Amino acid sequence: MSAVSELIAPQPAPPVTATQWTPARIAGAALLGLWILAGIALVAWLAGAWDIDKVRTYGPKYLTGLGTTLTLVGISIVLGAVLSVPLAFGRMSSNRVLSGLAYGYVYFFRGTPLIAQLFLVYYGFGTYRNELEALGLWVFFRDAWNCALLAFTLNTAAYQAEILRGAIESVARGQHEGAKALGLTPFQTFHRIILPQAMIVALRPYGNEIILMIKGSAIVAIVTVFDLMGETRRAYSRTFDFQTYIWAAVFYLVIVETLRNIWAKLEQRLTRHLKR
Amino acid sequence: MEPTASLGVQLYSLMSLFDPFCGPVGFLNLLPDGSLMSCGDTGWGDEVARGFFVTVTLALCTLPIGLTIGLFLSLAQQAEIRSLRMAANIYTTIFRGLPELLTIFMIYFGLQIAVREAALALGYARGFDINSFVAGVIALSLVFSAYASEVLSSAFKAIPKGQYEAGYALGLRPGKTLRLIILPQLVRIALPGLGNLWMILIKDTALISVIGLGDTLRQTGIAAKVTKEAFFFYGIACLLFLGLAMASSIVFSRIETSVRRSGVNR
Repeated sequence: MSAVSELIAPQPAPPVTATQWTPARIAGAALLGLWILAGIALVAWLAGAWDIDKVRTYGPKYLTGLGTTLTLVGISIVLGAVLSVPLAFGRMSSNRVLSGLAYGYVYFFRGTPLIAQLFLVYYGFGTYRNELEALGLWVFFRDAWNCALLAFTLNTAAYQAEILRGAIESVARGQHEGAKALGLTPFQTFHRIILPQAMIVALRPYGNEIILMIKGSAIVAIVTVFDLMGETRRAYSRTFDFQTYIWAAVFYLVIVETLRNIWAKLEQRLTRHLKR
Repeated sequence: MEPTASLGVQLYSLMSLFDPFCGPVGFLNLLPDGSLMSCGDTGWGDEVARGFFVTVTLALCTLPIGLTIGLFLSLAQQAEIRSLRMAANIYTTIFRGLPELLTIFMIYFGLQIAVREAALALGYARGFDINSFVAGVIALSLVFSAYASEVLSSAFKAIPKGQYEAGYALGLRPGKTLRLIILPQLVRIALPGLGNLWMILIKDTALISVIGLGDTLRQTGIAAKVTKEAFFFYGIACLLFLGLAMASSIVFSRIETSVRRSGVNR
């Protein structure tokens, strides 16, 4: 005997409830509408102000400026990474003097604006021109590009040292002990056990640092380096056309978003063994 | 004299009484006459000190505006309504992706063009100049709020759902739940992140000097050009920013300990 004596007849689907126009929904629609309107207005304005002469004159310059930006950031990130290794080990060292020096370096470069550091290198070293000429270093400091490279390298080294230190210290102590129990040398331990685990932790901050450097590198335009921002300022000062800035914004947004997406993919790929 | 102007003068003279650089008890007065950083007409101490106050004022004006916009942004980012989330995400993508310097230039020149066009449309013969301080506050608020919304959003995620449910169970309206139950806990979680953003804000104020605001960097820059002692004066600028960072970190650790004392241990 079954407990069910009769089957319930099929029911029609419940009626679709009408979307309620709550204040939040209205606000959302209004704000999104505002963005869409702004986007359409921007595209329409850019299309209306499209001037093939200006594009021919300034388009290639924007691209070379973009190349300068990427070269500057690329070189300074790599040199900064090299410099950050001794700094990070200095920070972690048990030697008071060493760790104090490394801490002072990191604190100075993280506590002051990059633009002040750039001015200190570019204008500041100019004060000691005679001494630098005697040392034969003036050739280096005369060029704004070199000064920017030096300032950026020193700055990013401080940030990267902190990233590296945080990542290395995040590796559990048991990993060191396990390596020791296996009889690995300190170098082998670091190279084979600690570093691979630390790099995964450091991946995301490194990506952020690269993006911050690309954005921060715009200030070299002020010391007469013609990067993307510098070319933009030059184009604006010649044409007084505001779309020069809009195009620069588009360029920067595209670079940053591309890099962010590439980095997210990379991180997903490299940490796939950690996903459960 | 107009009443507002005289009030401003009184406020200024009151503030200069507590000026740690060149006031009655300022330490720069200890320097001998004729040194580069002494106060008065012979040295650059008072000019640099004025720039320093502009830097601090700029950061302090930006903070409340940026925090308020950031809070609304983070509320929108976790709304159930898709259009609100999308609108907030477009905002943060733009202002986190643009270089701060470019944002500043765009706001400064863009506002100037907009105001001029508006003035012409309204029948005024000529436009008004945009104050670089106002442009700086707007630009920095846009950037700060975009970053603050991320910090606040991750703090919102750290608050258990039960807290909201308890609020509703008590019969509180959503707005009241937010204000009385969620926000006090949110502040504790978000404080370290907001402290970092404040440090970044202080450093970003230096960028406003490029649109002509007489902040620390610009004032030291002028002194450097006139005296040809660039290394000394830009070094002073760096030290002032370092001092500001140190003072802020002391204040923040004080706030954090006092907030932790009144919070629950989880």
